[in-house]
Amino acid sequence: MSSQVVLTSLGQVGGTILWMFLGFALIELIIWIFGKKVLRNNNTLVAMLVLPAIIGLSLLLIFPLIYEVLLAFSNMNLFHFRNPDYSLKIGLENFIRVFSKPILKTQTFFPVLLRTFLWTSQVFVHASFGMLLAMLLNRPGLKFKNIYRAILILPWAMPQVISALAWRSEFNFGYGFPNIILNRIGLEGIQWKADPIWNFLAMIMTNIWLGIPFMMVIALGGLQSISNEYYEAAHMDGASGWTKFTNITLPLMKPVLAPSVMLGIIWTFNNFNIPYFINEMKLETSEILVTALFRAAFNFNQYGFAAAFAIIIFALLFSITLLYVKWTGALKGVTD
Amino acid sequence: MKKLGHQDPTWLKGLIHALLIAACLVTIYPILRIVTISLRPGDRLMSTSLAIIPPDATLANYKAALLDHDFLLWIWNSFVITIATAFIGLTLASTSAYAISRWKFPGRNSMLIFLLGTQMIPAAMLMVPLYMLAAKLGLINTYRGLVIAYSVSSVPFSIWILKGFYDSIPTTLEEAAMIDGASRMYTFIKIILPLTTPALAIAFLFNFMNSWNEFMLARIMLPKPGMFTWPLGLQSLQGQYTTLWGIYSASSIMLSIPVIILFLYSSKWLVSGLTAGSVKG
Repeated sequence: MSSQVVLTSLGQVGGTILWMFLGFALIELIIWIFGKKVLRNNNTLVAMLVLPAIIGLSLLLIFPLIYEVLLAFSNMNLFHFRNPDYSLKIGLENFIRVFSKPILKTQTFFPVLLRTFLWTSQVFVHASFGMLLAMLLNRPGLKFKNIYRAILILPWAMPQVISALAWRSEFNFGYGFPNIILNRIGLEGIQWKADPIWNFLAMIMTNIWLGIPFMMVIALGGLQSISNEYYEAAHMDGASGWTKFTNITLPLMKPVLAPSVMLGIIWTFNNFNIPYFINEMKLETSEILVTALFRAAFNFNQYGFAAAFAIIIFALLFSITLLYVKWTGALKGVTD
Repeated sequence: MKKLGHQDPTWLKGLIHALLIAACLVTIYPILRIVTISLRPGDRLMSTSLAIIPPDATLANYKAALLDHDFLLWIWNSFVITIATAFIGLTLASTSAYAISRWKFPGRNSMLIFLLGTQMIPAAMLMVPLYMLAAKLGLINTYRGLVIAYSVSSVPFSIWILKGFYDSIPTTLEEAAMIDGASRMYTFIKIILPLTTPALAIAFLFNFMNSWNEFMLARIMLPKPGMFTWPLGLQSLQGQYTTLWGIYSASSIMLSIPVIILFLYSSKWLVSGLTAGSVKG
């Protein structure tokens, strides 16, 4: 850390901001001239407001996506890095290879897919525990509510990399707290890092610890917005606690929970940090789709193959989300 | 709001507190362990003690992290990149969200769906093309590459949050200003933006946290140790050398505290932003 470093970084970042600003100013000018003077369109201002974000997103998401599709039809790897061949045949071979041959050293596609589904299904644990904690916190007249809430939210507030690395060291065989506790109560320690099943469970435990607070906070926000009158009316009619829960709380919470569970599914399916860090010994039996993709691309340098693999993963997630949206109507209020 | 007459009986209250305390213990214990390890002297890192404050607690690890390691450099790298991206992202998001909230222009619905769709792209999927592009454009090991890449990554989510807030401001305000002869942009900047400061703060925070905590892209874009952002630095500390465990923990605590405070402080608004559109009547 020296003044030299500070100056270089400030100069570079300042320059970048300046260039981006000039670029966007130019875009705005073009839209303005084209829309206002040439087309005389009433929506010119809208275009000026919306297009910079759209252009930025397209450059950073759509352009790489198109490039990814191109790559899927190439044999780019470490040996063909500078001058890869592109052809339909290679592309087909890449896509077939995803299903027919191991995607890493030994693991094939379908076991990894099944594991990814198991991994993603933990979202329902996040949601159930989040809902349970929110209902406990929402009891009328609960003391210390804010303290409980502040503590329970901590895993979400912590930077994810820090908690992932901290959990990873706690899964150390001799010195991590889960094994120390097991030893104290007279049980054998667990090989959290070397044993395939325990390693996968360690990943899930860590991610459940991380995932509950988000659902809890969302559920609490939803619960607080349900009017007390419903419960009072049900109380008058002699409804039991369970009836109130299934007939008032759950239906009213659905519009809040359905989109959050959808976000949770997408985030968990795409979660990279937790599986990557907890799986310190790079066990292939703990890989989920996105970490396998990262390794196929950056450890085995199979860029063309990894691109085909990536497209299959995206298509899969996209169809799951569509089905979910159809099934729950999670996005009904979106375009209002 | 809540009637006192509906208090729970004492046994139920006890049960609720017991459950909540148990949940809090499970939540906070792993975090307290980081504090414990950061306070241990270097020769006692390998210990099977479960005490939260070690008997021979010392701040040596904190001192070592600040003085002997590149901790400050990593923070600085992260900070420069993050601040720049958060401002760019916020500018792009606030203007687009305003347009989406106020005008029913053609293509508006497909744009909203497009924004949601971007959330579904696995980040790992973009890594190869982004790496290739960055390599071709000479952006590897520069701040530039990450600033550009991060700046739009949280725009979709920010637009969602901000749109919800703009929707809640009545249009009569702008109509009144326009009757007085103010232009559309003048109204937006002078009237609407100041009214949505809390929402802007949330979106800024969200942008900030996203880039501040990002690991994967930084990992492939910044291979040079001198350019490391803090997640890369922390990972390098944890590498094979278990002796650095204490320093790693001390750095983690120093990094987490400001972020946690910011987060707890803003979490109330964050939630109302997330649930704004969905809770109705």
